[in-house]
Amino acid sequence: MSTWIAIGLTALGCYAVKVAGLFVPEGALRRPFVRRLAALLPVALLAALTAQQTFADGRALVLDARVAGVLAAAVVLVLRAPFLLVVAAGVVVTAGVRAMGG
Amino acid sequence: MVRDALGVGVAVGLSGFAFGVTSAGGGLTLGQTCVLSLLVFTGASQFALVGALAAGGSPFTAAAGAFFLGVRNAFYGLRLSQVLALPRLLRPFAAQWVIDETTAVALAQPTRRGARIGFTVTGLSLYLLWNLTTLLGALGAKAIGDTDAWGLDAAGPAVFLALLAPMLRSATERAVAGLAVVLGLGLLPVLPAGVPVLVAALAAPAVLLLKGRRDGRAPGDVTGEDR
Repeated sequence: MSTWIAIGLTALGCYAVKVAGLFVPEGALRRPFVRRLAALLPVALLAALTAQQTFADGRALVLDARVAGVLAAAVVLVLRAPFLLVVAAGVVVTAGVRAMGG
Repeated sequence: MVRDALGVGVAVGLSGFAFGVTSAGGGLTLGQTCVLSLLVFTGASQFALVGALAAGGSPFTAAAGAFFLGVRNAFYGLRLSQVLALPRLLRPFAAQWVIDETTAVALAQPTRRGARIGFTVTGLSLYLLWNLTTLLGALGAKAIGDTDAWGLDAAGPAVFLALLAPMLRSATERAVAGLAVVLGLGLLPVLPAGVPVLVAALAAPAVLLLKGRRDGRAPGDVTGEDR
């Protein structure tokens, strides 16, 4: 049930901001601070989420096969490989390290 | 142009598949996974939500994190409403397709007609593709059983990293990302699940305010009555 609550809230919230962008008068979102903040919020959230989903096991921080996988993804990313290869590198290396008992 | 469109399609299809797998692997049912893609239709928010729920977060903190990631779509909508000049009655229907990819395609067109066609074609095809690949991913996850053994728990952070990397253009972005990582990991053991990500989001206004102060601008220029 609580999963459905989360889904409902997310669906409503995400749709509301999409609609708001199409209807809101220009001035409201034109302020430089607001625009800069909107551009930086995803940076903060994505960075925190990447780190947590790499190192978190529940509420503990651990080093396991995911670290190797995400590092591999980062290397592939630096080499300017397409999205597919980045995700594939993360998955394959994680699975490989785990299969070797890591 | 066709190559770009194909590239976008392949990337979206793959992340849809990865989302289906991640969501099913995180314990959501097939129905819940598909409803998310149908009704939310903004990838980063969906990944964040299922990640937070899988980690044991409350529905409210999980939804809040997903919501803040979706806020950028409001700014896309602002640009698009000028470029597309949609009638008011159409806007609630067009809104669901206001995402990173449709905005990029529509804004790249030289004419209003081109922008409208680009937005509609990209929106419709990505919506169908995203939902189809979500379904396939969720079914696939059920079929293979233990998704962690296949390393699929690394798909989420790899997707986030791939989305994040192009945003790290200047020192400001890197400072925000670095502070957010420290807050997100440092607070993880001490705050309830889902909350550390929300606190980490404060890295954005914090760095902006510090930067505004260091650049010696009058506080009014940077923050004004926003606070």
